[in-house]
Amino acid sequence: MRNILISLLFFGLFLAISYGILKSNEIEKPDIVKLKEKYLKREMKKKADHSKFEVLNKDFSEPREITQACETCHNLTAQEIMNSNHYNWERVGYMKGRGIVYIGKKNAINNYCIAAHGNEKSCAKCHVGLGLDKSGNIITDPTNIDCMVCHDNTETYMKASEKGGEPVRTLDFKNIAQNVGKPKRSNCGVCHFFGGGGNNVKHGDLESAQFEPLRDVDVHMAVDGVNMQCTDCHKTKEHNIFGKLYSICSMNRERTRCEDCHTETPHREDIINEHGLKVSCQACHIPVYAKVNSTKLYWDWSTAGKLKNGEPYVEEDENGNHKYMSIKGSFVWGKNLKPDYVWFNGTASHYLLGDKIKDPKSPLILNPLYGSYEDEESKIIPVKIHTAKQPYDPENNILIMPKLYSEEKGAGAFWKDFDWIKASEIGMKEQGLPFSGKIDFIETKMYWPVNHMVSTKDKSVRCEECHTRNGSRIANLRDFYIPGRDYSPLVDGMGKLLIIFAIFGVIAHGGGRIAASYIRRRKMR
Amino acid sequence: MSKKYVLIYKGFERFWHWMQALLIFFLMFTGFEIHGSYSFLGFKEAVTYHNIAAYLFLALTVFAIFWHFTTGEYKQYIPTFKNIKAQLDYYLLGIFRNAPHPTRKTLLSKLNPLQRLTYFGLKIILIPASILSGILYMLYRYPSRYGIEAINIGSLEVIAIIHTAAALLLVTFVIVHLYLITTGTTITSNLRAMLTGYEELEEEEHKTNETESKSEV
Repeated sequence: MRNILISLLFFGLFLAISYGILKSNEIEKPDIVKLKEKYLKREMKKKADHSKFEVLNKDFSEPREITQACETCHNLTAQEIMNSNHYNWERVGYMKGRGIVYIGKKNAINNYCIAAHGNEKSCAKCHVGLGLDKSGNIITDPTNIDCMVCHDNTETYMKASEKGGEPVRTLDFKNIAQNVGKPKRSNCGVCHFFGGGGNNVKHGDLESAQFEPLRDVDVHMAVDGVNMQCTDCHKTKEHNIFGKLYSICSMNRERTRCEDCHTETPHREDIINEHGLKVSCQACHIPVYAKVNSTKLYWDWSTAGKLKNGEPYVEEDENGNHKYMSIKGSFVWGKNLKPDYVWFNGTASHYLLGDKIKDPKSPLILNPLYGSYEDEESKIIPVKIHTAKQPYDPENNILIMPKLYSEEKGAGAFWKDFDWIKASEIGMKEQGLPFSGKIDFIETKMYWPVNHMVSTKDKSVRCEECHTRNGSRIANLRDFYIPGRDYSPLVDGMGKLLIIFAIFGVIAHGGGRIAASYIRRRKMR
Repeated sequence: MSKKYVLIYKGFERFWHWMQALLIFFLMFTGFEIHGSYSFLGFKEAVTYHNIAAYLFLALTVFAIFWHFTTGEYKQYIPTFKNIKAQLDYYLLGIFRNAPHPTRKTLLSKLNPLQRLTYFGLKIILIPASILSGILYMLYRYPSRYGIEAINIGSLEVIAIIHTAAALLLVTFVIVHLYLITTGTTITSNLRAMLTGYEELEEEEHKTNETESKSEV
């Protein structure tokens, strides 16, 4: 009886242990197949055929007439647009230690072209309006909305250069108006791929190759794959588009998350799903960015202004990217880059125009991303870090917004007259900010979270790219312990000593015994 | 004095010993790869195999504990300080002079006082420290309010360092242990006993004073 009980007990134990070992393999297969099917079979179904509407069947001469025509049916939409950040170029946000602030092109400073101010006519090429008023402000008349830049499905719509947002006049407006629909990659990309004045300059993970990318560039947008459009992830509610970048944003809301489609436990292996508590999907699934074209990594304004024979000039590097421009300074570009990694909890802060620089000796972070290991909301995310040297006023300790652009020489614009002092004086005066007359250059950094260019799963970051002593991808994140990378030098050192001591002890003792037995045998003889 | 081959290590004991040896070597090999000391299998594979071996080791340990208590063999490991000096003297001096072992190996007392002390420490401190820190290592989860629930510990650091320290001590033990195999009655008698179970021991009825010197063949 006792034996039977004991055997049963052991059998039970054996079962329990086997279950523990085998359990992880029994997890149901994730729904990636279903997701793929859903997006592969999807048709771009239109709700209305705009070519049948009488109001659109005419030869428009003024772009505003088209907007008016749109608004005859979509008669409540203008309100949505006028409240959107795409129209206002700013959005309201809460920043820690600062409260609720409107942040936008008016008061945010970046470390590329510094700010839009003074160059609105040209920058407005990426504004969803048809024009600006004389002083460069956004017009609040609903007919000024540019519907076509986002909704043209003919891929022929084009804005004119330096016209404050007006389209090129020679377009076939009738054709465009009759073929409107949901925005496609081409609509979004025409602005968002070219931020910073050129292809892929700003983001690094958004560039012209993504108009028609292959799977190895972007597994989601791939034309040889699921061919997703921007709006498939960036869902829109009343023209408020979700999924924003922290170059301007500061709040943890209205985000677009991988988990929204893939769930929080998309992997077969538990141990990888568990990583998701602290590691973002992007951290492993975007092993490299700027896969096709280079992105700007460094911009040194301090070298700007050199002239050859009194004329500004441009130098290119071996990849054909600008290495030096008299009007902008020197650049460093990079391609196929490994991202940097930071802790991020979805909140950020921003340097705003006029803010005092606390410590001009150390680099100024223009958009600090908050987060840490201790913080439950934080995950490790991949970022592109853009570094710059940009002008600041060493007496007032504020970043300078110089006047850069002007149509002709003599107006004090840096890009025409190459005089920092004058350009700063005018630029700061226009902003109502003090200027001491002195200029120095400060190192600034900007974080650009990398979210696109997701690679195929076989290319995702391997365990040992982080779990390693040397060259770990997250070598800079030191506020926690990970196996393979970290160790206690004290414990490891003492352990090593102990092992060496044991080996020498064994050798000495064993050698002693061999010697003793040899001597004994010789004596016996 | 007469000698006799005695079954000193029973079947399960030998199975346990060699399985444990195998698993510990495998755990050491994969464990130090996870620790970052070298790379051979690849981190992911090392973790997978280390975890499987850990579960097997756990199962084996449960069986061993059960066996020790049901057979009363645990008593072999209760430390005694009697004759400990004689045993130390033997390893430090006597062994070089081919002096006899100061304590007699018998079926009821297979371990000399130093072994008792070492194995007691191994079984009460080192192995439990390894196993417990290992279990926490496996069930450890990052603190989080979402999805996955298990033991949520703020930091892996303490657990990992204890696990490493125990592993390093275990390596030291293995080195010395391997060497001490050769210090039996003959160079190979200990190894042979652990393989076959049998060792030539003096007959137990002659057992008197254990420190009494005895002549060796």
